[in-house]
Amino acid sequence: MSDPMPRQGARSVALAVFAGAAAIAVAAPPPPPPPTPRPSASPSRAEERLEVPPPPFSEGIFPCTGCHADLPVNRTRRTLTEMHDDIDLRHDEQHRWCLDCHDATDRDWLHLASGDRVPFEESYRLCGQCHGDKYRDWRAGIHGRRVGEWNGPRMYLLCVHCHNPHSPAFKALKPEPRPQRPSEIRR
Amino acid sequence: MNHDPLPEVEVALAGRTPAGRRRFLRSALASVAVAGLSACKMEEFLGRNYRELSRDELGSILARLEQKHSAGYGKAVRVGNEAAQPGVDFGYGLDLSRCIGCRRCVYACVKENNQSRTEPQIHWIKVLELNKEHGVDLGHADAYYEADEVPRPGHFYMPVQCQQCAHPACVKACPVGATWKEPDGIVVVDYDWCIGCRCCMSACPYGARRFNWAEPNLPKEEMNPDTHYLGNRPRPKGVVEKCTFCIQRVRKGRYPACVEICPVGARKFGNLLDPQSEIRQVMETKRVFVFKEELRTEPQFYYFYAT
Amino acid sequence: MAGIFEFAKGSFRLITRGGPAYAAWVGALLVGVVIGLFGYAQQFRAGLIATNMRDQVTWAFYIGNFTFLVGVAAAAVLLVIPAYVYQWKPIKEVVILGELLAISAIVMCLLFVLVDMGRPDRLLHIVPLLGSPNWPNSLLAWDALVLNIYLVINVLVVVHILYAGYRGRPYNHRFVIPLVLASIPMAVGIHTVTAFLYNGMAARPYWNASILAPRFLASAFCSGPAVLLILFQVLRRTTGLEIKNEAIWKVAELMAYAMFFNLFLLGAELFKEFYSATEHLTYTRYYWFGIGEHRALVPYAWGSLVASLVAFLLFLIPKTRQHWITLNLGCVLIWAGVYVEKGIGLVLPGMTPDTLGEIYDYTPSLVEWTVALGVFCVGFLVFTALVRVAVPIMSGTFRHPGASAQPAVP
Repeated sequence: MSDPMPRQGARSVALAVFAGAAAIAVAAPPPPPPPTPRPSASPSRAEERLEVPPPPFSEGIFPCTGCHADLPVNRTRRTLTEMHDDIDLRHDEQHRWCLDCHDATDRDWLHLASGDRVPFEESYRLCGQCHGDKYRDWRAGIHGRRVGEWNGPRMYLLCVHCHNPHSPAFKALKPEPRPQRPSEIRR
Repeated sequence: MNHDPLPEVEVALAGRTPAGRRRFLRSALASVAVAGLSACKMEEFLGRNYRELSRDELGSILARLEQKHSAGYGKAVRVGNEAAQPGVDFGYGLDLSRCIGCRRCVYACVKENNQSRTEPQIHWIKVLELNKEHGVDLGHADAYYEADEVPRPGHFYMPVQCQQCAHPACVKACPVGATWKEPDGIVVVDYDWCIGCRCCMSACPYGARRFNWAEPNLPKEEMNPDTHYLGNRPRPKGVVEKCTFCIQRVRKGRYPACVEICPVGARKFGNLLDPQSEIRQVMETKRVFVFKEELRTEPQFYYFYAT
Repeated sequence: MAGIFEFAKGSFRLITRGGPAYAAWVGALLVGVVIGLFGYAQQFRAGLIATNMRDQVTWAFYIGNFTFLVGVAAAAVLLVIPAYVYQWKPIKEVVILGELLAISAIVMCLLFVLVDMGRPDRLLHIVPLLGSPNWPNSLLAWDALVLNIYLVINVLVVVHILYAGYRGRPYNHRFVIPLVLASIPMAVGIHTVTAFLYNGMAARPYWNASILAPRFLASAFCSGPAVLLILFQVLRRTTGLEIKNEAIWKVAELMAYAMFFNLFLLGAELFKEFYSATEHLTYTRYYWFGIGEHRALVPYAWGSLVASLVAFLLFLIPKTRQHWITLNLGCVLIWAGVYVEKGIGLVLPGMTPDTLGEIYDYTPSLVEWTVALGVFCVGFLVFTALVRVAVPIMSGTFRHPGASAQPAVP
């Protein structure tokens, strides 16, 4: 309950981070920092920067170049067996694999279809390439979860805070207990 | 014997307004109250409707409440009285295509708003499990579903809480004016004025109002000390309460607790008068409906389908 | 002034003394009141959780009884109209008893509302000037007002007529007639406003029917007089009071018409619900047939219908209407029929299923039964005391020492 992120989400975001890691630990993402109270006068929305919490890296996994810098780049599409074999890609896996999103030359970056590099902090731009409607909704505040002020600074959770990029379907949760029935409320 | 620190002008006017007449009559009544009932006690006994309190009176009532609750709950309790912000009319959006029925909102609300935990258990949010086969048909709604995992196949979920109607049936029904709509759209209850007749509960089409059937059971250690007079301050036995969009948070700019907890981001909140607000974006780009639209209560709580 | 003191003293003596049957009756009522007080003490301490009402069914047994008794109170008008307006002598002689019943019924009504309140200590919040009644919007605020006015009117009329009788003087027509005339629309008013209290709730389709107020009045004109008919016979036997057979039969005849109208309206409502068969039918279906395993009210629904039909026939046919056994059977059946229809049959299906479709099978808790018993006993005590004073005045045996001997029947 106190957990700001459901456990499933936590696991998926941990899995989201992979380049060059020797081990993937399950770790809860840092809770979004509390919003700083500010007078209600908000900056105009055009110049409003999207405030996001840090990407949900597992401890010790980033920078990816820690391992990948010394490894030769193999662009052949293949099943990974030596490392990252726990990643079960269920994200249009018929057509895509790791290097469609991860930058082969600098593993600390992602890249768009155009080849433009994108930092992990702005991974939403990568997601938005295909999921344009969701991206638009997310920017408008319709899609996704955010905390803070309804008319002031607020924190946008990244796509990967809730969706494991390798298997993005939202995972089922155990519901909290049902309410008491009226006949069960007794003195 | 007159205990009201009214300036003379106000006294002169006292008979003109209904509140003034009432005040005058009460003072008169208090003055003649005999048999050991002092005027002061009489005033306390009659109590005061929140909307008729002067700023001074309200100040002393808030101070008294803070003192009482701080002592009672063993922590520094704040009883706020933030007024509605000008130019703000709150609206709420709930994405039925996202909600998975996990009930995180229910318990975040209980915690934030100091509801009675048990005997009676009070939840301001009720999550209905509905059949996809039947759509929004309350004849097939179940609030008591239990499962290892939600969403369950073939079902969708519809959380229901106070819809903060523009034309609230509950406000109309209240015989003593103990519930009303604030300028920012929130329908509130004065727990110190409610007589517990439950007319509002009969009138509400959304089952949103809850009654304190017994003395609420709020553990000291779980009590949220940041409260509002019209919101989550501890309630007495025998009065009605309901969702206030977390008035103690939203009047200070924050999101309601249920918005922040929702793991699927199905809950949206903002100012209906601000075209850029999240709720306006929802209304302008999504398919929106209000619950029981035919009743013309005009809820400020909008259900929508983002996909 | 001395007269009033004597009157009070004499009345007190009449109320507190009586034969063994009277003592047993009053004793039984007092026991009932004490039981009710114990029940209420428990409810007051624990809160309304001591009842079986919950958020799903927020009004139940208490409010059902309240609604039924408003009907009983309103029914006094049925006797008032012919008595005062048409000067029909046989009824005029007994009309005061109808007004006494109205007073007792209103007292019970107010008590049922009081015990249903979560904060009875804040009762004054609804009082004009002291509190802040929500006029004109709230029907309950109106209801509280009209009930109290109706009570005051009836008390004034009754006290004036009885006191005049006690002094051996004719009552003051200029005082009584306007009040009596006012009480006629008031009687219709209390029941209409009470009907509107339910009728106005769009959230509850079962109540949100414009036929509700006429149905309330029709059933009230059955149930109220039913009490009186039995009472007339008891008084005839136990006191010297002379009540003519024609008066009793006439009232019974009026009740037959009222019951016909009541059944007709019920039929009209049932036709609309079942023929159109919208989702609003759910509540009616719950009452008459049950939904799934939720069938708690079904026996009451059909029992009430059968009782009302049989009573209607008994009162319609002159032979059975004028036969004491069938007449009294009819009275009991009408009471039972209307009590179920107005109490359980009105309030509970209105709330079941609740506004979100949940079905909570409510049955009154022990505390509710005891409190209701207590309220009824208070009402009957009030009625007994009033009748105890009124009857000797009507028959001329309770008189101020200086009064003329001429009987002063109102």
